Amino acid sequence: MVLELQKPRPIWQIMFSTHHTDIGLLYLITSIAFLFLGGALALGIRAELFLPGSQIIADSMTFNRMFTVHGTTLIFLFILPFASAVGNYLVPIMVRYKDMAYPKLNAIAFWMIPPAGALIWLGFADFTWYATPPYSIISAPGPAADMWIFGLKILGISSILGAINFIVTILKCKHPDMSMGQIPLLAWSFLTSSLIILVAIPTFAAALLMLLTDRLGISGFFNPAMGGDPIAYQHLFWFTFHPEVYVMVIPAIGMMYEIIPRFSRKPIFSHSSGIFAFVLLSMVSFSSWAHHMYATGMSFTEKTVFMIGTLAAVPASAMHVFNFIATMWNGRIKFATPMMWAVGGIALFFSAGAGGVVNAAMPLDFQTHDSYWVVGHFHLFVMGTIAFGSIGFFYYIFPYVTGRMYNEKMGQVHFVLSFVGAVLVFFTQHVLGLYGMPRRIYDYPPIPEWITMNQIASVGAMIIGVSMVIFLINMIYSSGKGKLADTDDPFNLGGKYYYPFEAKNPHH
Amino acid sequence: MGHHSNWPEWVYVGVVTALMVWVGAEAWNAERLVEHIPADAEIIKVTGQQWFWSFEHEDGTKEIGELHVKVGKAYKLEVTSKDVNHSFNIHDYVVLMDAIPGRVNTVWFAPTEAGEHDIQCREYCGLIHYNMRGKLIVEEAEPSS
Ligand code: HEM
Ligand SMILES: [Cu+2]
Ligand SMILES: [Cu+2]
Repeated sequence: MVLELQKPRPIWQIMFSTHHTDIGLLYLITSIAFLFLGGALALGIRAELFLPGSQIIADSMTFNRMFTVHGTTLIFLFILPFASAVGNYLVPIMVRYKDMAYPKLNAIAFWMIPPAGALIWLGFADFTWYATPPYSIISAPGPAADMWIFGLKILGISSILGAINFIVTILKCKHPDMSMGQIPLLAWSFLTSSLIILVAIPTFAAALLMLLTDRLGISGFFNPAMGGDPIAYQHLFWFTFHPEVYVMVIPAIGMMYEIIPRFSRKPIFSHSSGIFAFVLLSMVSFSSWAHHMYATGMSFTEKTVFMIGTLAAVPASAMHVFNFIATMWNGRIKFATPMMWAVGGIALFFSAGAGGVVNAAMPLDFQTHDSYWVVGHFHLFVMGTIAFGSIGFFYYIFPYVTGRMYNEKMGQVHFVLSFVGAVLVFFTQHVLGLYGMPRRIYDYPPIPEWITMNQIASVGAMIIGVSMVIFLINMIYSSGKGKLADTDDPFNLGGKYYYPFEAKNPHH
Repeated sequence: MGHHSNWPEWVYVGVVTALMVWVGAEAWNAERLVEHIPADAEIIKVTGQQWFWSFEHEDGTKEIGELHVKVGKAYKLEVTSKDVNHSFNIHDYVVLMDAIPGRVNTVWFAPTEAGEHDIQCREYCGLIHYNMRGKLIVEEAEPSS
């Protein structure tokens, strides 16, 4: 299954193509480019926080713009497009169809991303990735804020188009011999996350328009000075973005479902419980959005309802962890680079979930909310789980995409450094939160515990930075000069791969 | 896909679910107790604005940046904002409440010993959010007559 790049082609042929593997390649390159851009901002932020006082960033406005664009970039321009890359490469193959259902729409959805990315980066807004009113209406400097709003608008439409395409491809274009239960879990992850997108995104799309007209002074939906309600925005925002966190994590779990059985040389422990957990997660993801809003003055009853809704998602997430461990149990595991990333990602996924339970428990959240704890919590997901799963998968499809092998030693060093770095940064940030350090601050008072913890976190970030340079060198060098891959069995696992449909599909 | 027995997974799901029920019940009970405001709590109006906190006591005394309170008394804070969202935070007493224009949110605490504690803003509010800080000064109660 060589997916792409068998023969060198002129770049415009790929750019104007509507074939799913070409679009996949475009998504892949774009998302990795934004991973490096967004990551560079993170290193700037961590360097600034290494000591109290101004270090390398001249003023707080620049700092605020940096963390805003950092978060926006890595969520919308790295994680989501990376998932689309993997889905484009593999979903049609997994359901045994020649392409995505709507190839032109597919190309359009991709080509909305570069202009949106340009708007976000050229604007460089400062109002955080939530753009909460009234700050975003009366205080955030334009045109940066407006450019961000348009950028997100475009990305939302792109997401919806992509989701429609995945849903139709899986439900309508799958091979008639294949039942839904036989579809591999990676494809199931795209089906469920795409369904979440269709239900979740329109709410924020509406909120963005209302925010824009509020900024123009035409309306006052969220502006208390005009009788509006800023809390309404937070509900609309989190109704979209709590489910959206599952849109990000579900495909990453799907990628792990590809890697773990393959490198354990065993079938998945339970295919059906994987499907069950995906479907359950996609539903309960809608029952917990206001756990981000405990401190906005909600009543005791409201808080209780959203706490229950949040805790209800935990067993479903935990089922995936069980499935992974049970699959590895007694397997002949080969710890090649993709497997290391997947297993490391699962360990961090577990820690992240444990921290999430603390946030969900109402009285404890008043310790953690809007402190560095929350930054640590969700980074264990977005970096520790999603980026780890994604990077592991990147190594995994590298030989299929380029026809060449990456350097295994460098891949392993990349993993070890990133894992150590991630533990140093994100566990430490939890502790910083317990010491009371607020998030999103440019400078902090010289409290000794805060200084020590910030320094550990900053060193961890630099270690991740170094590992990413190794990654980049490996990818650039190996895609041109790496040794030719045996594309039937690039990882030397004995060639027995466990797609449920393998018997009927010699060309998996 | 062969069918194999899956009971270990269901036992595990049962254990995780039971754990979540326990966490939820404990949290519910703790929050219920924590939110019970003593009837004799003194009211302090807390206002956030870019980028400082101001306070008004029941007797009309006003303070900016510093809040003086007495050991052994309960205080009910009525938190609001004049411009954008802020979040009023005394981390040492786990006091955290968003300050939102057009709304008054309440939270209470009862200082237990004399001393100084940091007050800070925990919700992003712009340029000087990082330095929207203040001091809580807890003083010994005057000997009652
Ligand atoms: C075990 C499952 C999870 C639980 C119980 C949980 C719980 C929570 C809670 C209660 C908060 C609010 C904390 C606060 O602001 O005070 C939160 C924040 C957050 N969580 Fe989770 N979470 C879980 C899974 C996830 C997953 C899978 C992701 C991402 C892929 C995620 C990403 C986030 C993000 C991005 C935030 C904070 C956003 C922000 O404030 O900027 N969480 N989580
Ligand atoms: Cu959430
Ligand atoms: Cu603030």
